[in-house]
Order: sequence, then structure tokens, then C-alpha cells
Amino acid sequence: MHNICTLCKREFASYFATPLAFVFIVIFLVLTGVFTFFIGGFYERGQADLAPFFSYHPWLYLFLIPALSMRLWAEERKSGTIELLMTLPVTVWQAVVGKFLAAWAFAGLALALTFPMWITVNYLGDPDNGTIVAAYIGSFLMAGGFLAVGGCISAATRNQVIAFILTAVICLFFFLLTGFGPVINVFSGWLPQPVVDALASLSFLTHFSSIAKGVIDLRDLLYFATLIVAWLVANAIVLEMKKAD
Amino acid sequence: MIEINHLTKRYGSLTAVDSISFDVAPGQVLGFLGPNGAGKSTTMKMITGFLAPTSGSIRVCGHDVESSPIAAKTCMGYLPEGAPAYSEMTARSFLDFIANIRDLKGERRRSRLDDVIARLALGGVLDQAIETLSKGFKRRVGLAQALLHDPPVLILDEPTDGLDPNQKHEVRTLINAMAKDKIIVISTHILEEVDAVCNRAIIIANGRILADDTPQRLAATAPSRRLDDFFRTITTQQAPIAAGAVVHA
Repeated sequence: MHNICTLCKREFASYFATPLAFVFIVIFLVLTGVFTFFIGGFYERGQADLAPFFSYHPWLYLFLIPALSMRLWAEERKSGTIELLMTLPVTVWQAVVGKFLAAWAFAGLALALTFPMWITVNYLGDPDNGTIVAAYIGSFLMAGGFLAVGGCISAATRNQVIAFILTAVICLFFFLLTGFGPVINVFSGWLPQPVVDALASLSFLTHFSSIAKGVIDLRDLLYFATLIVAWLVANAIVLEMKKAD
Repeated sequence: MIEINHLTKRYGSLTAVDSISFDVAPGQVLGFLGPNGAGKSTTMKMITGFLAPTSGSIRVCGHDVESSPIAAKTCMGYLPEGAPAYSEMTARSFLDFIANIRDLKGERRRSRLDDVIARLALGGVLDQAIETLSKGFKRRVGLAQALLHDPPVLILDEPTDGLDPNQKHEVRTLINAMAKDKIIVISTHILEEVDAVCNRAIIIANGRILADDTPQRLAATAPSRRLDDFFRTITTQQAPIAAGAVVHA
């Protein structure tokens, strides 16, 4: 626990040692604003809720989260610090968990900084704040899912650009499109319904949108927990297998 | 004590380290010599637990590196080749991070940090980002990291590579000052360094030990009485030299 904490703190601080933290947070906030007000039609809908804000999160995360996760391990490999890290008295899983938690905390910080959106909607009307809290939780869990996938892929390469692209593509095809309405419609034409449902149940979108409706179902929580743990385990295995490559 | 038993590392069909065995006792400063690609770094990476051996065993301070890696890593300080460090951190925050991971606390933490900062003359650059430091200072930060917990075993992969003559001299003085009660293994291809700091030299090539003795005795076997002549003779021979010619300590 002590080691996880130390590794997590170092990793978290490293985001702020470069302009990465600033750039990421600014772009995240600007884009959430653009999507909510211009594309989501926040005012035009005339409803006091944050649905237009949250519904674009999966797509924003699709290309912003890989930018956070790509450096987690690829940079350690490239700079050779992986050799330093892996010869310190820490276990592989401590390193994997510590780094993941740092990235997740950073994503959480960026998400928390969208609070003016919540203040705005409360100022303008009388929204269901329970639903908003649930959607924030769902969005945070989904960010964790993206990060766990990205961390594992970052461990497999020393090239951050490859890590970025692979993460975005895998997340797009396996975890977003499988639950995306128009794609489901195409699939249901030539696949049996149970298969389509099974595919959809693998998707971030399906589980995120059900949490974002305000219902925190144990199955959705379990989905994200299982997904994160599974990818972290895969991350540790990848590291063990090709530590020195 | 380091005990290495029939250590082998294969990458596919390439055998990087071929069944080598040796022990190192406290008080020994072992120079690990060999041409590039001889298996020096691979052996050091296996001793420090970074690479898993294909076969054979390594025990450091009585702990098997494969079955109890944390205990073994705790009693080792390691300077990897090229002295990698988190370049965006300042020297101070980097050493603080290492102190946390090494679980140094209170008075001991302060005295150890003061000690390595003074020994490696890092006082003036503590608040500079490591990426902005000169090569010599980077190397010294790497050494400070390895020495921080005052480990009984030090593994230094090319500790003076890229340093200027004055800095080389300082690092050698440092190693000599610590040599009495520690096990120090350094790899190098600078033969004068072996004369300057080592009381034992192992020459390896193609993953095999070719010679193992004091630098003086190895040098004495060359007609010119020079270690580099002995080194050249022994490492350029194609076939492994006859058993009788291998000198053992």
C-alpha cells in the first residue's frame, strides 16, 4: 500500500511537471463546453439537466484518454526508467496499480473541474442532482475503463504514438461501437438478437448510459470493476513477459 | 554474498549468457570485463532481478532473486546502464521518491540523503530538473540513487561511462572509499579502471567466463605485463581457451 501510494504520487506529479496537465485540462473543458452548448443544444432543449453534457463524454474520452494513458509505460520503456523501477523493491502489480490510480485521479480532476456546468444548470433551473451525481460517477468509471485498456497497450510498446492509436481503435471498435445505436441496428439485421445483446453488453456506452440515467445498478458497477481489473491483470502480464524489450 | 550458479540466458537461438558460475564475497570489488555484447549487462540485469534467467540461480545476501525478489532487491543498489532517471523530476524530488520506495524514515532518511548529496556533490543542482543536468551530474544522480539506502551490494553498470577524467577520478575514489565492507560489481570496458578500483576481475566473452583473478595476476600472464594485452589476447581467440590457461582466483 505504501509503495502504491508513493508510485501513484510520483506519477501524478509527473503530469504537472510538463505542460501536459494544463493542455489536457484546458482542451477537455473547452471541448465539453463546445459539445454541451453548440452540438448538444443545451439551451435549445429547454430542459434543466446535463444530458447533452454527459452524452458526449464517451466520444471525448475516445481520443483524450489515450493521450493520458499512452505515456504510462511506453515512456518508461523509451527512457529506460523501467529498468530502474523494476529493480526497486516494488512488485509489478504495485507499479501497475500505482500508475493506473495516478492517471485515473488525474482524469477525475479534469472531470471535477467541469463543476461550473453543474452550477450553471442549477442556476438556470431545478435539475435532478441525484441523476447528475450518478452520471459523474458513471463518467469517472468509464474513464477508468479507457485508462485500464490504454495502460495495458502502453505496456506493450515503447512508442507513444502507437499506444495512442491502438488504444483509440480498440476502444472504438470493442467498447463504443458495439453499443452505439446505428451500429446495433446494422448488426441486428444479420446477427441473432442474443448475440447483438451480448455485444452491446460489452460496451462502455450501454453501461454508461444506464448509469447516466440516474440508476446506479450493481451490474453496471460490476462491469466497470471487472473490466478495469481484467485489463490491469493483462497489463501486469504484458510487463512480466516483455519487461526488457 | 552473491552466489551465481550455472546462470544462463537465451534469446531464441542466441545464448547471451552461457552457464556462468561465480561467488562474490564482501570486501571484493569485482570488475566485470568483456567486449561489447559479451553478456555483462545481461548478467547484471539478471542479478538485479530485471531479467529472468533461462536457467540457473542467483542468490544475493542469501535471498534467491527469483523466488524472493523484494528481499534481494532491498539489499542491492543498482545503477543501470546509462543511468536512467525520471527526467522531468528535480534531483531532490527524485531522491525523495527513491527514499520513499526504500522506506527510509526520520533521522536515518535525513542522514542518508545528506550523505549521498555530499558524497556526490549534488548540493548545487538539487532543484534542477534532471533533464537539464550535464551527463556527469546525471550519472551522479544515478549513483546517489543506488547508494541511498546504503546497500551491502552495489551493482554498477558502466558507472564512469561518458564522464570526464576528473569525474571518473571522483567516482573511483568514491568506490574505493566504500569498498571495505561492501560487495561491489562494476562493469566496464575501460581497463585502467579495473586497475584503479577492482581487486578482482572477471573477463567474459560470448557469455562465458574466460578468466577470473586479481587484475595484477591477470596482467602478469601477458608477456608485456599489461592488462589490456591480456584482455586482447584472451577475447580475440576464436575457440574457448584450454582449461589450463584459465586462471582461477
